[in-house]
Amino acid sequence: MHSFSYARPRGVEAALQLAQQPGARFIAGGTNLLDLMKGGVEEPSRLIDISRIGDLAHIGESASGGLRIGALATNADTAAHPAVRERYPLLAQAILAGASPQLRNMASAGGNLLQRTRCPFFYDTGFPECNKRDPGSGCAARGGFNRNHAILGASEACIAVNPSDMSVALAALDAIVQIRSLRGSRAVPVSEFHRLPGQTPQHDTVLAAGEMIVAVDLPPNALARHSHYLKIRDRASYAFALVSVAAALDLDDAEGRAVKDVRLVIGSVAHKPWRVAEARALLVGKRVDAQSLAAVADAAASGAKPYKDNAFKVRLMKRAIVRALTEAAAEPADRRVA
Amino acid sequence: MNTDTDKLSRRGFLQSAASAAGAATLPGAIAAAASPAAPGPAVRSADAEAAPAVSITLRVNHQPHELLVEPRLTLLDALREHLSLTGTKKGCDRGQCGACTVMVNGRRVNSCLTLAIMHSEDEILTVEGLAAADGSLHPVQAAFLKHDAFQCGYCTPGQLCSAVALIEEQRQSAAGSQLSDDEIRERMSGNICRCGAYPNIVTAVREALQGA
Repeated sequence: MHSFSYARPRGVEAALQLAQQPGARFIAGGTNLLDLMKGGVEEPSRLIDISRIGDLAHIGESASGGLRIGALATNADTAAHPAVRERYPLLAQAILAGASPQLRNMASAGGNLLQRTRCPFFYDTGFPECNKRDPGSGCAARGGFNRNHAILGASEACIAVNPSDMSVALAALDAIVQIRSLRGSRAVPVSEFHRLPGQTPQHDTVLAAGEMIVAVDLPPNALARHSHYLKIRDRASYAFALVSVAAALDLDDAEGRAVKDVRLVIGSVAHKPWRVAEARALLVGKRVDAQSLAAVADAAASGAKPYKDNAFKVRLMKRAIVRALTEAAAEPADRRVA
Repeated sequence: MNTDTDKLSRRGFLQSAASAAGAATLPGAIAAAASPAAPGPAVRSADAEAAPAVSITLRVNHQPHELLVEPRLTLLDALREHLSLTGTKKGCDRGQCGACTVMVNGRRVNSCLTLAIMHSEDEILTVEGLAAADGSLHPVQAAFLKHDAFQCGYCTPGQLCSAVALIEEQRQSAAGSQLSDDEIRERMSGNICRCGAYPNIVTAVREALQGA
């Protein structure tokens, strides 16, 4: 690992001051950053350890009646929190579908939002071409083995996918990222926090230099009652998704279970959690049945552009959408999370 | 370096051989701070740019240790190379195999993916700390022995620490000690066994869980 200096500030303000130095990076759980540093992909000259800033690990009620998850809350604590399990089981399901117990004990909510792609051509510095690692150098994945790359929203410059499970569920729950900097505070919806690669794939998110994620807010909503997170992967656990689906439905229980509102977000198919906006127009006012679900799946895949090795993901995604929405519709509000 | 071949341990021999082959490049090791068991002089091309070493206290298996460490030293390398606690194993060194699993403040973590400097004053428990002071084995260790829950043994320290933590997690949850074999497999999925001793590992964990 490259050499770097280290500081452990006591609070957010002090951390933000230290972040002004060039080459400085925040470290919390470190599960992704240290991995990337060992591989020479990331080479910060200074690490600012924010892991002991206690206020940021808190999970509690927010002013709007929802739940606020501190940026340093571990994935394990978030998934185990009674309020998360009762009111946002989709989030607990998604977190528990990712990584291992050891990693979930270390990984933080803020760090998970900033998790970088697992594209092997990004990870392996033996490949000189990677626009995300070295802007302007090209994309080795386009001509390489790209079985688990994007089928939606990719660009000439980058076909990598965002690997997070948590972010997919957060996007479906209309979660908001709370951000601080020396200039002040701002709030960004999770669905707008990650970005498509375009010509600047080096930027995964809209977070600017010197900004810090301090919390994620889950608003109160009826979408969490009927929800399901479906993750499809090469082995039963401890693997990144080939395709994942976060489905959340607000159903009119009195009116033959017609759909009042829906969120449908797909993971591991694009550079960001991919929101299927058409789902609302196609499902609201209708019942969840084979016909309506087929229309949603077709709409989600209508713009898909697979590459050499990943055409299978288009059909996999369509089937996963049908299954996840079916499960969500059948899901009782208090379904136990594993 | 140990040159007394009569008393040369397997580990000492391997270290000597590695040093002779010029392979003893250990990021983060500082000659002045290295314990006698460290693998020879720390030879590093990046010495000129190394960040200043920092003094920390690591509390490992209830014993405090003063260490002078470079910031980039991982907790895993601090345990193995500075404190000679080589029970904790380096498998992939990238958080994928679980061989380096230890407990920090009672929670299992991958020691390869965290920095020693981040754990000053934390309570760290390694496989060396599982058995009682009188040498009697931890129930999880005894169950692994009874059910032959290993083959080569390299992943075993990580499996043991992970299983001990699993049982404690389960004890604290509302679900009690009831876990299906599938649930045990899921909760142990962060520990890979290259020999494929999984059936016996699950049996051992199930028995230890029921006895907990």
